[in-house]
Amino acid sequence: MLIFLNHLINGLSLGSVYAIIALGYTMVYGIAKMLNFAHGDVIMVGAYICFFAVSSYRLPPVIGVVLAVAACTALGIVIERLAYKPLRQASSLAVLITAIGVSYFLQNGAQLLWTSNIKMFPSFFSSEPIALFGGELKISAAAAVTVLTCVVIMLALSWFTGRTKLGKAMRACSEDKGAAQLMGINVNATISMTFAIGSALAAVAGVLFCSVYPTLTPTTGSMPGIKAFTAAVFGGIGSIPGALLGGVLLGIIEIFAGAYISTQMSNAIVFAVLIVVLLVRPSGLLGKQIREKV
Amino acid sequence: MSEQKNNYPKPRLVPVPSTNIIPERDIDKRPILECRHLGVDFGGLTAVDDFNMAIGRTEIAGLIGPNGAGKTTVFNLLTKVYQPTRGTVMIDGRDTAGKSTIQVSHMGVARTFQNIRLFNNLTVEDNVKIGLHEHTKYSALSGILRLPSYWKKEKEAHEKTLELLRIFDMQDMAGYQAGSLPYGAQRRLEIVRALATGPSLLLLDEPAAGMNPSETAELMHNIRKIRDTFQIAIMLIEHDMNLVMGVCEGICVLNFGRIIAKGTPDDIQANPAVIEAYLGKRKEG
Amino acid sequence: MNRTNRVNFATYAMVILAFAALQIMGSAGMLSSTVRGQLVPICAYAAMALSLNLTVGVLGELSLGHAGFMSVGAFAGAVAAAALPISSDPLRLAAAMLAGAVFAAVAGTLVGIPVLRLNGDYLAIVTLAFGQIIKSIMENLYIGVDSRGLHVSFLENRIIFRDGGKMILNGAMGVNGINKISTFTAGFILVMLVLIVIFNLVGSRAGRAIMALRDNRIAAESVGIPVTKYKLMAFVISAAMAGAAGALFALGQNTITANKFDFNTSILILVFVVLGGQGNMWGSILAATFLTVLPETKAMRGLADYRMLVYAVVLILVMLATNNPAMQDFINTRFRRKKKKEGTVR
Repeated sequence: MLIFLNHLINGLSLGSVYAIIALGYTMVYGIAKMLNFAHGDVIMVGAYICFFAVSSYRLPPVIGVVLAVAACTALGIVIERLAYKPLRQASSLAVLITAIGVSYFLQNGAQLLWTSNIKMFPSFFSSEPIALFGGELKISAAAAVTVLTCVVIMLALSWFTGRTKLGKAMRACSEDKGAAQLMGINVNATISMTFAIGSALAAVAGVLFCSVYPTLTPTTGSMPGIKAFTAAVFGGIGSIPGALLGGVLLGIIEIFAGAYISTQMSNAIVFAVLIVVLLVRPSGLLGKQIREKV
Repeated sequence: MSEQKNNYPKPRLVPVPSTNIIPERDIDKRPILECRHLGVDFGGLTAVDDFNMAIGRTEIAGLIGPNGAGKTTVFNLLTKVYQPTRGTVMIDGRDTAGKSTIQVSHMGVARTFQNIRLFNNLTVEDNVKIGLHEHTKYSALSGILRLPSYWKKEKEAHEKTLELLRIFDMQDMAGYQAGSLPYGAQRRLEIVRALATGPSLLLLDEPAAGMNPSETAELMHNIRKIRDTFQIAIMLIEHDMNLVMGVCEGICVLNFGRIIAKGTPDDIQANPAVIEAYLGKRKEG
Repeated sequence: MNRTNRVNFATYAMVILAFAALQIMGSAGMLSSTVRGQLVPICAYAAMALSLNLTVGVLGELSLGHAGFMSVGAFAGAVAAAALPISSDPLRLAAAMLAGAVFAAVAGTLVGIPVLRLNGDYLAIVTLAFGQIIKSIMENLYIGVDSRGLHVSFLENRIIFRDGGKMILNGAMGVNGINKISTFTAGFILVMLVLIVIFNLVGSRAGRAIMALRDNRIAAESVGIPVTKYKLMAFVISAAMAGAAGALFALGQNTITANKFDFNTSILILVFVVLGGQGNMWGSILAATFLTVLPETKAMRGLADYRMLVYAVVLILVMLATNNPAMQDFINTRFRRKKKKEGTVR
């Protein structure tokens, strides 16, 4: 039972990271109707910046995280402006290939700047786990912080999209860009803002991910990126609660599949579950069914 | 084997439609289309309700009504783009319950679309040949290996295509890319493609939209010509009242998803409910 | 002769001439050993790009797991080549490529039946997922052969040989010590066969139905085209051709591992297709050829570290140049005064 609970906590913690990354995918998809394949690599950039701030410049971890968030926000806006904005009217395939190009660019740029040698990400959290049930159930500080961060981000985002003017503008743009523009909403600025928020979240996710899996290389972001993307699709792409649900479920499934079925096949099982879900509910768990107008 | 059960559930009694009308000349044959209490809901919204209509085998019928009355929805129900929530659609006396768009097409219903849907990157000839798909039967393997059946059937399809294009005098455009055609020609090509499937009921969704008066007059002539040549029924949705009143024999008026009037063009023009639906109620006093 | 036929014949001619030229240069000793070593991979990648172009360009669905089918074909081919008692190398290669095609077609059917019920981005993500699953399966598959025949084991190697058998596929270690029987001529024949299949398919009833689905699915249904059947047909033919290409590729290498056919390979092949132009077959061949050779040339080797970065920038710039409306207007007014009147494959 305790082992089960331990796995569950690990799954929740990994799933929270996926959820935070998936939020970036889902928000960008919701508003720009594109798969931002470079999102995973923004995670990697965020992790590197935090790593150098803390390890090389001896800055406190909090400053490192803030720097990473700031840099990734700027990076997100720049990527959108230079690579995606000129393709607003292009086919989704063209945008996807461009996003893949950006992803290659970030990976190889990182390799040139920081080499492909593995960097060991420092642990920010006390190695002393929080012990429950007389020390039998141990929750690592990293897991607790990760889950907590995810919850805070979710609440903040729900408030932002539901209550604030900018958030409502975002929702309006994702419903109908033309109508939003006619209502005086600056669509381009709103899309930029969405990329900024998504990339800032990616930086946070990068730091959290590397706190749990500390090996940092230029390709660190790609696998969590792909999985978080499937998490976003799993939950229903475009839906913010869907990203949370999809991310957490995916994390739990991955940990449980690895623990109880087969370590080697855990990735395959994660993807198999995704396929089954999409076949049963083609728009994901919480996604909206879209009827094509005839 | 399961035991034969003889339990008839308590029957729900429904009225038999008696309001359907078709041209007298078609009365000894089964109507090509008959709808009974057809209806569809989207979420909680009833888009079409209690739609009863029959079309004779050689009738040109019209479906009119103000914007948003549910006319295109009726077409989508007939072609099973949407599955009806209630009621029955009979094509040539056969029930279409549970059938797909593809199966309904094979039963002899062809249509055009309000917003033109051509295969834009293909040639005019290929567009028509895709319509001929069910009449050009040879296997994919004979196509890849270019077996004799390929050459024979393709030659037939080519000739048939030119023959169909000749209806609208479009045979010289066969090699053009469909998406590059002028608007009117695209509408005509859509009709040719629908005809290529060999339908017994042709549904035209606003065929005269965007046409000038002389083009519309030519279209009227062509609609009659198609009916006379192919001996099929045609049902059209149209806002151009000159065309509707000029070419249709039976007309059905839809408002807020319900039929408010049925009859000949003369009946419809004199019907107060129709005038009210289109122009609004005259203020008393 | 219409434009489509002219393009098809020009493509055949291009491939034949390139093959003849390279053969002559090869026998005259004008090709460096690096280029000679790349001839078989070029053919394999060209066939891969062509087969993916059938899915992406002709069917109009994005597949992000095409390397999975290459992987199935590669391993099936390698096992067949090692296990089949055929003494003639060309025949053994042909049998291996056939085995690769058949196994990949089976995989394509298994993947295609569920996948093709979806559309657009969802279909793309599910092909990606299947690519990952195929890779995981291949990494955990063990195949050996002895006098009693083939032995297969999954997840862990439980194969016990009775009399001096040998392991062929060793899980994540892949296949080692492959007898390199792939030749440039075989590669040329494969590319020609793939071209013939695609061009003849596109020019026939089935191909028209497939392109109708791409251009307008709703209209295609309205004229009675069975959507699932033709989607599946295109997908399975595409997978089978990728399988044959995978077998050709594998039998030209010393070692193959499942890692070689990962997501990045799928993307690389997609890049060939997009750079060459969707639906444009000669474009796929040219893109596959140049992007396979380019990294090996002296000029690019000088750039070494910057190579992949340049590659990424070129990819982005090409997409911006070919898809941005402002850029397209500029190109059209400058270079393409004549309006296109006839339809093309795309």
